[in-house]
Amino acid sequence: MSAELPAGLAELLELLSMLERSERIDTLISIAERFRDVPPEIAERPFSDEHKVPACESEAYAWARPRTDGTLDFVFAVENPQGISAQAMAVILSEHLSGETLERVAAVPGDVVYDIFGRELSMGKSMGLMGMVSMVTASAKRALGGPMLAAAGASTLPANS
Amino acid sequence: MQVDGISLTSAIDWLQYSLDVRGPRDMIATHDERLRGRLHLMSETDRPTAIEDRGYSHPEALVSTDWLAERLDDPSVRIVESNEDPLVYPSGHLPGAVEVDWSRDLNDQIRRDYLQRDGFEKLASRLGITPETTVVFYGDRHNWWACYAYWVFHLFGHTNARLLDGGRLRWQQEGRPLTRDVPAYEPTAYEAPDRDDRTVRALRDDVLRHVDAGLPLVDVRSPEEFSGERLHLPDYPNEGALRGGHIPGAANIPWARAADAETGCFKSADELRAIYEDEGGLALGDDVVVYCRIGERSSHTWFVLSRLLGYDSVRNYDGSWTEWGNLVGVPIEK
Repeated sequence: MSAELPAGLAELLELLSMLERSERIDTLISIAERFRDVPPEIAERPFSDEHKVPACESEAYAWARPRTDGTLDFVFAVENPQGISAQAMAVILSEHLSGETLERVAAVPGDVVYDIFGRELSMGKSMGLMGMVSMVTASAKRALGGPMLAAAGASTLPANS
Repeated sequence: MQVDGISLTSAIDWLQYSLDVRGPRDMIATHDERLRGRLHLMSETDRPTAIEDRGYSHPEALVSTDWLAERLDDPSVRIVESNEDPLVYPSGHLPGAVEVDWSRDLNDQIRRDYLQRDGFEKLASRLGITPETTVVFYGDRHNWWACYAYWVFHLFGHTNARLLDGGRLRWQQEGRPLTRDVPAYEPTAYEAPDRDDRTVRALRDDVLRHVDAGLPLVDVRSPEEFSGERLHLPDYPNEGALRGGHIPGAANIPWARAADAETGCFKSADELRAIYEDEGGLALGDDVVVYCRIGERSSHTWFVLSRLLGYDSVRNYDGSWTEWGNLVGVPIEK
């Protein structure tokens, strides 16, 4: 699976796979601390439901903004201040998938969340995190499949499926 | 940490980045301040009605943040945090609090079931808990997993247990301290009774009999799950259950309605009765079964009905929809 992933994401997964549970948790908390809310020039509260991540208990929202080269930037909001896993996931997706080729973004599997967080995630938590991945990959697939991206110019696309 | 299989430079870069970003333990203050930026910090005028003035049947089942703050060093009290998100406790917890992880600590690691007696005794011993210890549970998301842990402790007869009203959210809203220091307590000798699966727990055959008898059930999942509209995410078919819908006769009362969305504190008894009795059709004295998908959300409702409203016969069906929605031949309503 790693060979098809963006290099930075694959490297992160490889590192996480070598860490003990407590080290993995510390690393993910460090990542979560880098979370930054969606900037106001992209969206302000109350956010539109079309950007809401399905099944995410942490009430995450996702936006995909086109770059001039046709790739996408991904930004997020996480409304639950205790949604630390969702914040970590948002940082990982934003840092490692923004600017990547749409094909690579579209190919990221939802179960990458288990490679990141481990298999002990509750079903509800894994569904929410997978929902964040799904929002991002769906926006890449949509951008690949239609003229909407070019027509959208610098506007923001809903990262919704 | 092993570094075989990855470039050492990358590993060092990553660790340096991690240190740069996270910093020492006192950096938690910075992180917490950032979190508070998205919290609605409470003033004195925002304080909820005192627990003893809300009309609960067992107000002693709840403790306030003030009560707990005065007992952080009380050896007769053990504070237990339990969350869904495994990153929450390590990111900062109440001083002196230990963690109980629903998956690693409460569940049997082979069968779908809870600990047996010896496992619970080892858990309690490791946490420095005796049968006389007052265990105060709290956690994220309106205490949902804290209620689950509270309920599992009840299966083993540890009823000297309380819940922190408002949970982590309330504690943080009040700007109270968190720490990343993980305490270690002297192991205890804890002798527990066998797990009681009859009083507060319902198994599938119990539920079938309950349905046949026409007795009330409360499905605490979302309306979309209750109706069968939502079973799984797009592209991830059949996460959890092959069939959608609900157990016949169940009332749909989503669990989180029992808590105030802003403070995380439980609503008053009058407000709860309006939800569960006026809307949901329950009546004090009913024999009630509650369920959700795996029993964690419904343990929250079990707490509300049994501890706050005084229902004497409430059982949590922890098999819930991930069992019922996969069982062959059981009745389903949509």
